[in-house]
Amino acid sequence: MSEVPGDRKYSGEHEWVQLLDDGLVMIGITDHAQEALGELVYVEQPEDGATLAKGDACIVIESVKAASDVYAPISGALAEANDALADEPELVNKSPYEEGWLVKIDPSDPAELDELMDADAYSQFLAESSG
Amino acid sequence: MPDKTPLYIRHVEAGARMVDFGGWDMPLHYGSQIDEHHAVREAAGIFDVSHMTVVDVTGQDAEDYLRRLLANDVAKLESPGKGLYSCMLNETGGVIDDLIVYCRSADNYRVIVNAATRVQDIDWMTEIADDFAVAVHEQAAFMMLAIQGPKATSLAAPLLPAALRQTAFDQTPFMSCSDGDWFVARTGYTGEDGWELVVNVDAGCRLWDEACAAGIRPCGLGARDTLRLEAGLSLYGQDMDQSTSPLVSALGWTVAWEPAERTFMGRAALEQQRMQGPEAKLVGLILEDRGIMRHGQRVLAGSGEGMVTSGGFSPTMQRSIALARVPADAVGTCQVQIRSESREARIVRPPFVRHGRILVDE
Repeated sequence: MSEVPGDRKYSGEHEWVQLLDDGLVMIGITDHAQEALGELVYVEQPEDGATLAKGDACIVIESVKAASDVYAPISGALAEANDALADEPELVNKSPYEEGWLVKIDPSDPAELDELMDADAYSQFLAESSG
Repeated sequence: MPDKTPLYIRHVEAGARMVDFGGWDMPLHYGSQIDEHHAVREAAGIFDVSHMTVVDVTGQDAEDYLRRLLANDVAKLESPGKGLYSCMLNETGGVIDDLIVYCRSADNYRVIVNAATRVQDIDWMTEIADDFAVAVHEQAAFMMLAIQGPKATSLAAPLLPAALRQTAFDQTPFMSCSDGDWFVARTGYTGEDGWELVVNVDAGCRLWDEACAAGIRPCGLGARDTLRLEAGLSLYGQDMDQSTSPLVSALGWTVAWEPAERTFMGRAALEQQRMQGPEAKLVGLILEDRGIMRHGQRVLAGSGEGMVTSGGFSPTMQRSIALARVPADAVGTCQVQIRSESREARIVRPPFVRHGRILVDE
């Protein structure tokens, strides 16, 4: 069973979104996603100053197997990308919810957070999609 | 339902991620494909390659038959035990499969072909055999293991039958030896020293268990693919197939043109292509920009377009490498279309890595 922490929200594309104290939201991929993708060897982050609309392909992650898009789970301006992934993309595999975060976004519409699943709903979603 | 090798349960119990490969349920990795790759470059790994097909060719015409069937010439196999890498071509010079053929005695040869091409290979081999006094029979009851890496033979030698141990340990590349149901060849698909073994199921399962207990790491098809790519070894169906000849697949060296009177299958078409000069060639690429090259990506090189035939991430070089078919005049650098971006790559001559060392300029 993959890990699904209760302190954040989830998208149907297997991304997690966590609202931080400073109003930014941190985004990453779930344990289930990293497991399915296999070991990551390259992460291509959005360019500085990028503006993301919900649903846009904004990050490319390449595993030993294939390239995959990460879709922005909410809209906003890019605040920070996790630069550590340039040298250590495997952090996403080792620590998908902590050190392996992808980007921080300044949300343009915080209400979009309410449209995402909570941990229970995402766990249910995983159980249904694997069955 | 895909086929399962005799080691299937062991793979699953070891936590392997299983994938369909050529109709076989095979291990992709046992947790970390990259660690498995490094284990083979630095120490030793064991691969279940029982999906591969073993075909024995016997009879008084065996040599004549194989000299007709194969683009390389088994007459080069002067001593029993010696093996030879060859392509098997169709009449237009396209590659039906690549294989290794071992001479066991004057009228007994063993041919090891790919899993995904098994049916077409056996059909073709049987068809050509009509004109010769030979029997072509698949040895489906055996399993096949590859033990590879700088420490492979020293760690695995104690696990071989006493009668074979020293001979197998001393034999040079492409030599084989056998005893009863054991067949041990100094070959592989990783660019490292090691053995490929054809054994019966009981002995094979025992060898797997003992090899793992001796510290030889189980490795899946994922590591097998990155190891062979670094070693510049072609993968059938990706780097070459029925529509490409050895001359455009960096396999011209495997075609035995002499003696000129040997009329192997595909020779006429190949000679014509050779005379006109092949339009394309298979080269190595090292990505200078960011990203990962993948099979099927478009390449702009020389006077035209080409394609990445095998691409990925090299764990040894820590960057993306590829094999690509490009116009014959391409040299220097080229542009690879990675998703929507055009990225620069350098054309090099494979292999990229052999025997643990990087052989191309980084």
